[in-house]
This record gives sequence, C-alpha cells and structure tokens, in this order.
Amino acid sequence: MQADPTETLTPFTGHACPQECWSCKGPVALEDLFCPTCSTIQPLGQVDHFKRLDLEATFDLDVNDLDRRYFELQGKLHPDRFATKTSQERTLSMQQATSLNDAYETLKDSLKRADYLVHMMGQNVLPEGCQLISAPDLLEEAMELREALAMAETADDIDAIAARAAGDIDDCEIGLSKAFAGEDIEGACALTTRLKYLRKLTDEVRQQRAKMTAMS
Amino acid sequence: MADLLQIHEPGATPLPHDGEEAIAVGIDLGTTNCVVAISSEGKPEVLRDEDGEALVPSVVAYAPDGSAVVGGMAKMLILDRPEAVVSSIKRLMGRGLDDVKSLTGTLPYDVEPGETEGMVRLNVAGHRLTPVEISGDILAALKERAELHLGAKVDRAVVTVPAYFDDAARTATKDAARLAGLEVLRLVNEPTAAALAYGLDEGAEGIYAVYDLGGGTFDVSILKMQKGVFQVLATGGDAALGGDDFDHAIAEHFLAERAASQGAKVITSSEAKAALMTARLAKECLTDQPDGEWMISFDDIMTKHALDRETFEGLSRPLVEHTVRICHDVIADAGITPDDIQGVVLVGGSTRVPLVRQLVAAEFRHEPLADINPDEVVAVGAARQAEALTVGSDTLLLDVTPLSLGIETMGQMVEKIIPRNTPIPVAKRQEFTTFQDGQSAMSIHAVQGEREMVDQNRSLAQFALRGIPPMTAGAARIEVTFAVDADGLLTVSAREATTGVESQIEVKPSYGLSDEEMRDMLYDSMKHAKDDMERRLLAEARVEAERSLNAVVAALRVDGDLLTADERAAIDAALQTVTDAMAGTDRDIINGLAEDLEVATRPFAEKRMDRGIREALSGHSVEDFEDADEEPAVKAEESA
Repeated sequence: MQADPTETLTPFTGHACPQECWSCKGPVALEDLFCPTCSTIQPLGQVDHFKRLDLEATFDLDVNDLDRRYFELQGKLHPDRFATKTSQERTLSMQQATSLNDAYETLKDSLKRADYLVHMMGQNVLPEGCQLISAPDLLEEAMELREALAMAETADDIDAIAARAAGDIDDCEIGLSKAFAGEDIEGACALTTRLKYLRKLTDEVRQQRAKMTAMS
Repeated sequence: MADLLQIHEPGATPLPHDGEEAIAVGIDLGTTNCVVAISSEGKPEVLRDEDGEALVPSVVAYAPDGSAVVGGMAKMLILDRPEAVVSSIKRLMGRGLDDVKSLTGTLPYDVEPGETEGMVRLNVAGHRLTPVEISGDILAALKERAELHLGAKVDRAVVTVPAYFDDAARTATKDAARLAGLEVLRLVNEPTAAALAYGLDEGAEGIYAVYDLGGGTFDVSILKMQKGVFQVLATGGDAALGGDDFDHAIAEHFLAERAASQGAKVITSSEAKAALMTARLAKECLTDQPDGEWMISFDDIMTKHALDRETFEGLSRPLVEHTVRICHDVIADAGITPDDIQGVVLVGGSTRVPLVRQLVAAEFRHEPLADINPDEVVAVGAARQAEALTVGSDTLLLDVTPLSLGIETMGQMVEKIIPRNTPIPVAKRQEFTTFQDGQSAMSIHAVQGEREMVDQNRSLAQFALRGIPPMTAGAARIEVTFAVDADGLLTVSAREATTGVESQIEVKPSYGLSDEEMRDMLYDSMKHAKDDMERRLLAEARVEAERSLNAVVAALRVDGDLLTADERAAIDAALQTVTDAMAGTDRDIINGLAEDLEVATRPFAEKRMDRGIREALSGHSVEDFEDADEEPAVKAEESA
C-alpha cells in the first residue's frame, strides 16, 4: 500500500491540497467520494482498506460494524445507482464499488485481515512477509496432522481432526488479537502463518469428508 | 384496445423528454416459459394475455418466409410441424454441441451439419438460425406484449439469467436482447431476483436459501437479507439440469418400452421432439395424479405407455439427489450450517414435482416456502430491479461470481484469479512472467470453472500479448487483470509492467458471435436500427448535458458570490441555451452548447479552486468565511 504522492508533497498538516471536481471543477478533498458542491461521484482516492470503510485499523474488528459501513457505502457507490447516469459516472461507480468489495473481502476474513495488517504495519520489519514456515514445531505439527488425515478411515476420525483444527483456529485468532494489540509484529507474523496453514488443512479435511460421504 | 392507437411507428415516435422516461420492463427468459413484468411506484405487475395467462412458452415456430410466431401458438405446432418449431433454446445459449443432450442418440434440434466450431446453427423450416437469433425473437415478442400493454415504446429491460450461467451464456443473452431492440440495463441472477421479490413482498429478514429448478437450469443461492440489502453469500448450480432432464428420463423410458415391443430404430429429431412433449405431459400429470397412460405415435404405429409416480420418482431421483448435493456444498461455501437458514424459497416450475419438495425439505430442515408463484416471482424481481435502476430505490442487490475465473499456465494447469462467490464488481491482478529467453509474446487463455486442468473447465477466450521486448526468461513482468462487472461479464487485460505494452479484450466467448456476425444480424433484423441508434445517442447527449447543467447550478449555489453581475448574466444565458437545446432533438447542438457552457464557466471554476485552496491552507471551512452571513451555508461535508 503506497501513500498517495500528492499527499507527501503537501507541507500542511491535516488539510491536503484540494483536487478539482471533474464535473463542476470545484474543489474536492482527496477522501471525498462525492463532490461537496455538485454531488457527483469522484475518482478513487488512494486509501487503505480500513480508511476506505472508515474503520479503525485493528485486528479486533466488529464484523457487524464492517457490514453496516459496507452496506452504507455500497448503497451510494454501487453501479445499480448509476444505471442511467453518464458513462464517466458509471465507470467511476464501477471502480469505487470494485475497491470497496476488495476492502470488504479482505477485512471480513480473519486470515486476510491479519495478513493485510502485517503488511501494513510490518512490511519494513519482515520484508519476506509471512510465507515462510520457519518455526520447526509448526512444521512438525503440520506433518503430524496431514498423516492423521491420510490415515483417517471413518467419518468420526475426520470429524475429530476437524474439531481439533477448529479449536486451533480459535486459539490462533485470540493470539493474533493480543499480538496486534501489543504491536508484536513478529508474533503476529508467526500466528498468521499458522492460521494460513490451519485454514488449508480445514479445506483438505472438508474435501476428504465430502469424498467419504460420496463413497458411502 | 384503444391503447393500440397510441403506438407510433419507430422513428415517428416522439422522443421521451425529461420526466416522461419510458418504463423499463423485467423479463424472465426461461427455458420453458417466459414472463414479462413491470413495476411502477413500488407496485409490480405481471403482464398477462387476454386469458389472464402470464406464461409465454419459450417456443418459436418459423414460417417459410422466416417470420416467427412465439408462445402458445408455436407450442401447439410441435406435434404437427416439429421441423418448423424450436423449444428449450436456452439450453444452447453460449454452448457447443457437446453440451447438448440427445435422446437415444438423436438431438431434438436439427443441427446444421459441418459446423463443429463456434456457435451452433439450427435448421428450422429451411432457415439457418443461431440460438441468439431465436432467443432474440422470443424477446421481441415479450417486448411487443409489454408495448401493447403500456401503449408506449419499450426499449430497456432487466433480463434474468441463471446464476450459474457462464460468461458465454450471459454474453449470448445480452446479444439476443440487442437483436430484439432492447437495451439490457442489468443482467440479474434468477435466484437473486426471486429473493428480491420475495423479500420485499414478504418482509423477510435473515438468511434464506433460494432453490431454483427451472426447465433447463438449476441454481441455489444463499442470501442474507436485512433492511433492504440483499447480499448473496454463495451460489451454486448446474447450468444443464432442469425439468427437461426429467422429460428426457421419461422419454427414454417410453422409447425403451417401445423398442422392446416394436424393435429398435433410430429416431428423427422431429420424433425426439414429439416424444419429449409426451413425456412432459406425463411428468406434469404425475404431480397430482398417482398414475396415467400415454401414447407415442410415429411411423403409423401407436404404442401405449403406463407410468406411475413411483416409477417416475425412480427415474428422476438421481437428478434430484444431484441438486441436493449441490445445496450441501453451497451451504458450506456460505460458511453457515443448515440451522442458520430461516427458510427456503422454491422457484421454477420443476419445484412442483413432489419428490423435489420432499428432498429439499429434508436437506434444509425446513418445509419450503411455496406461498409464492414459482413461475412468476423471477419476473417480478426483475421488474422491481428495473424500477430501482431507472427511478431509484433504497434496496441494494449485492451479488457474486458463480464460477471461479482463471488463466492457463504451464502444463495446462489453471491458476485461479477470481475465486467463485466473490462479490461483484471485482477486479484482480496477478503477475506472470516469460518462460523462455527472448520470448516476445504471451498467450493469455481465460477459463471458467472449478477444476485444476484447462480442458476440464470452460474456455472463455484466448488472446496474445505481443511486443514484449527481448529479456531473459523470468525477467518480464506481465500483469494480467480480470475484471467482472455488475452484469457478471468479464474483461481481461494484460500489460508488460517494465515497458507498458498493453493488450485488452472484452471476452468474446468461443461459442459466441463475432462482432461482424453481430453487426450483420443487427442490420438484417432491425430495419430501424439506425433510428434506435439515433435515439440512444440523443439520450446520451441529454444525460451528459444535464450533468453539466447540474454541476454549474450547484457551483452557482455555493460560490455564486465570486461572480460580478455581468459574469453571472453570461453564465445564466449559457445555461438557458443548453436547457432550450435539450428540449429539442438535435444532439449535435446539445453537445456543442454543453461544450460552450464548459468553456464559459472556466474562469468561474478557477476562482472557485482559488477559494478552495485558500480555505484548505488556512484550515478553515466554508462557514468561517465572509459569505457565512449571507446565507446559512450548505455545509461542505468533510467526507462521505
């Protein structure tokens, strides 16, 4: 996520230099979705996902808050609101709604949200991101569970693995909440990696379970 | 029928002025039946014929001169003149021949021989027709029904498509509407339209499932409905499974009985049509009756076939169980359990089959809601959405992509770019690189589906990005962007990031029509194509001019004090000339004057920007300025 270059050029705090509204040519602030003068939809501002939804950048997001903000904004920006407008307005609406969907999808999911936050906060601390499984105990755990899954013979065996994974996911999310709150970026990064792996495992468990149901 | 007198010949029709915009209709273009509805001031109405019948059979009969008859009349001709009649054409939309189901090896369509690639062409009454043209004829008939009813020209519509329709089938549907002279305001997914109608009329809140089993397609969607927001959580289905397949199962059964007594024989496509028609009557009868007897007659030999409900259910059970498995997966995709679901809404004529109701109730652990008309609810939702798009509304539809979209990578593997059930509109970018030193072009192959290998998915389009400068393998950075719009249609673009070489296509599906074909068809089928084009351009000019007017008026309201009396008078005069021109029908004049207005207001715009910058620098807002005492200033909100 890059900062808007025009923002860094403005030496004044709090008040960025206004842009020109493409429709009425009046002044518009960078974060304005609609022109304050003529109410026309504006091009995308360069803001992060949290700011786009007007939410505090935190892992402990209230999902109901997120939904409420998302519906509110989509109610103003969605292409369905611009079906009879000019082609320029339709294009802008499509871009705005697309970015809003992207922000919503990212923040709604705890894994994507954690990943995004780590990148937002720690991109200079850990440039390699969260791709590496560096913790040896996690690697061992992964092997062990995969093996158990491969050996599972009954639906109950698989359900037991699923239950264990679900519990681990809950623990992981609690841990992430603490790590982000304490600005423990390394800890958050390790937990995000673990969550990524647990999700993958859950998918595999689900597929295995479906296969077993189909065969019976 | 005094209304008829109100209809003008196209071209002679007075153009709609502001405030008297023509109504947009909602159309359910079904495999077996179609329905057209309108909605005005929040009140939807299904348009019926003089007998009160809303369903228009999706059957077209062609006369030797090529003129088409659509609906009940055409349906009656199936048994007498099967070679001149086409039904279930929706099953061929955006499809190749491999996708079409045969009856004991014979297709119920007379397919033009020698065509293996591109869009299927059918032989009907000596004419060579594509599914798009035939669907276009059906849509033209529905448009006519609406025009008769309204006594006015109708040229905009919301058309529904199965949620599980792929990109090719969606594009084909849009093309068919164009041939019929209809601008598609939005393609809306059928279960979503049904949920909209149901939710608004019944005030439903919470998580609902819509189980939509039509004549040729099956969809199931899970939606969250709250305070006017209809959010699709997940959708799934089978674009080639519907009541038609029940008919096929019965017809196969009857023909096997017939072969046992009369000896096996290869049947013709006309005989296949007749056998399917008989099977369909049997199926419908067994909804209420425990058993019955039907006759099949060709080659002057009549055979009798008894069928009871139990046998029918034995024949159809595998199909219904298949839909239930899909429901199971969609519930999991939505991230919910069956206990979270408040109710399941049944849509589509095939949900009248008792076995369907029974198995659906068991899967969702709820007696399905059947207090709506399963045949009409989709059209009602489409009409509601047409009104929302043209007049405005507080309700909001948030839909998703039904199928994953991906790109072919080395070894014919698919790399998914947009996973299924992603909210639309959506755009995703992925970076690829070259495989060989000095590679100057890259083939981009877009596919749709859930499988891992390219040939197991539907191929959507293929194009090449050329002009990549010579680099070592792996050095080029090719950014491929997939964008899906609110109609669910895909655009793919590719760009080499280090040099900016670019290539973009709107996906023209492999089974679609080329641009030239489409142009020729438009030319052939619409004698008034030019008039329609003119109307559209004029409408666009007016919308654009109106935007300019509104912008200037809004600016005058806020910053009018910046102008001298003379400057103000000049702008007012320019505004008036544009307003006057908009009442006329010359779009060049409207466009020209709108441009003049932009030029005339340039100095004013500069003054306004100066003021805006001054305010931003001093950290003051509008109220703090000298004009604050002139009027209770409209507060310029900090952000939305």
